[in-house]
Amino acid sequence: MTESTLTTTTHRPAKSSFWKAIAAVAWKDLAAELRSRELLSAMLVFSLLVILIFNFALELDIATRRSVTSGVLWSTFAFAGTLGLNRSMAIEKDRGCLDGLLLAPVDRSAIYFGKVISNLAFMLIVEAIVLPIYSVLYNTNLFQPGLLLVILLGSVGYVAVGTLLASMAVQTRTRDVLLPILLFPVVVPVLIAAVKASGGYLTGAPMTDILPWLNLLIAYDVIFTAIAFMVFDYVVEE
Amino acid sequence: MIEVKKLVKRFGLKTVLRGVDFKVQPGEFVALLGPNGAGKTTFLRILASLSRPSMGIVDIAGYSLPKQAAAVRARLGVVSHLPLVYDDLTAEENLTFYGRMYGIENASARITEVLEMVGLEARRRDLVRTFSRGMQQRLAIGRAVLHDPDVVLFDEPYTGLDQDASSMLDDVLQTVAGQGRTVVMTSHDLARAENLATRFDILSRGVIAASSTREGLGNGNLLTFYKQALAG
Repeated sequence: MTESTLTTTTHRPAKSSFWKAIAAVAWKDLAAELRSRELLSAMLVFSLLVILIFNFALELDIATRRSVTSGVLWSTFAFAGTLGLNRSMAIEKDRGCLDGLLLAPVDRSAIYFGKVISNLAFMLIVEAIVLPIYSVLYNTNLFQPGLLLVILLGSVGYVAVGTLLASMAVQTRTRDVLLPILLFPVVVPVLIAAVKASGGYLTGAPMTDILPWLNLLIAYDVIFTAIAFMVFDYVVEE
Repeated sequence: MIEVKKLVKRFGLKTVLRGVDFKVQPGEFVALLGPNGAGKTTFLRILASLSRPSMGIVDIAGYSLPKQAAAVRARLGVVSHLPLVYDDLTAEENLTFYGRMYGIENASARITEVLEMVGLEARRRDLVRTFSRGMQQRLAIGRAVLHDPDVVLFDEPYTGLDQDASSMLDDVLQTVAGQGRTVVMTSHDLARAENLATRFDILSRGVIAASSTREGLGNGNLLTFYKQALAG
């Protein structure tokens, strides 16, 4: 044991900036996941299994495949996302690290936004791997700018609500069961809008049909991010 | 440094703290003792701003909880029986992360200083998952004092530690307390508390049942004082 030569006045914390705290939380999650790959591998294996099962279950002609693609894709993303959200908050809770985060002298919404960024990154990574595999299996071109935009907006809405509800569910003993029960009713609007908008792009529907769904996605993202920003402090406090 | 008046905490219909009055002077080392379920952890969580009081006044370092919680948290370090560090990060990465959360300038020099204090300088680049329970607890103390807090709260810091690890933790605790910090520690280990603390408060049935300084114990030992407080 080394004897300490610490001084008691030289390392007073400056007020940590909101943005630096967000970046710190996101960096921490990404660095830890880069090592363990627990969360990404679970989400990825689950996603690949789902699209594989659907591929064999739905032996359809090309036209019908296009019409079901958006539903299959968003079912896959939604269930895989739940796995990731649960795991992301469980890591914080099991080792008491959530308390460690809450003890920091920063606005607690910075913790929320940091977690949203890392959860969104995990979800987008999984989607980036799933999309080309899906394209090959279903013989459908998914790399359309409009569709990619819908996937981004849908994922933002899903993660914005999911991170907030996962923070709530993780405080309970039945967190694995509770999160989907809490989450899916709340994200129904975002999933419906995402499925409709994705389907519109895939079937070549006119922009006037797609635009209302895109607007709904954007409105949902903004409203629920704002709500989460306001209530996160109360959700995580005992 | 810490002033608590008529603190009440309820969980639904259950009242855990029933009007606790508690005052700690700067530099004091207070051992908060009591049986299981007495409310020690709840009390410490309120001091740490992790839980809101139902009623009462809590002031720490001149700031009031829960209104000025961020200012209190900047002056507070907390060590619990859980390490509050990430398994998949190294010791250095964990402290770097917490340094960013606390807005510590010149963090790398401070991290080296803290790792030396807790005896983990040689393992700074090792993943925390490879650490023993005792090493993790020492890192947890490093995390808690990284931002040089005025007040450090220890909640059952010896839980799950073997004799050697506990002895090493004694050294670290004495170092932390020896730097003029105010320390409040909950513990079931009366012998350790007797060696470390300068004051002993017994929390029983949601109130401070007895309080004594080391000198105030007189010829009797802490165990006798503790038993009398619980019996009364």
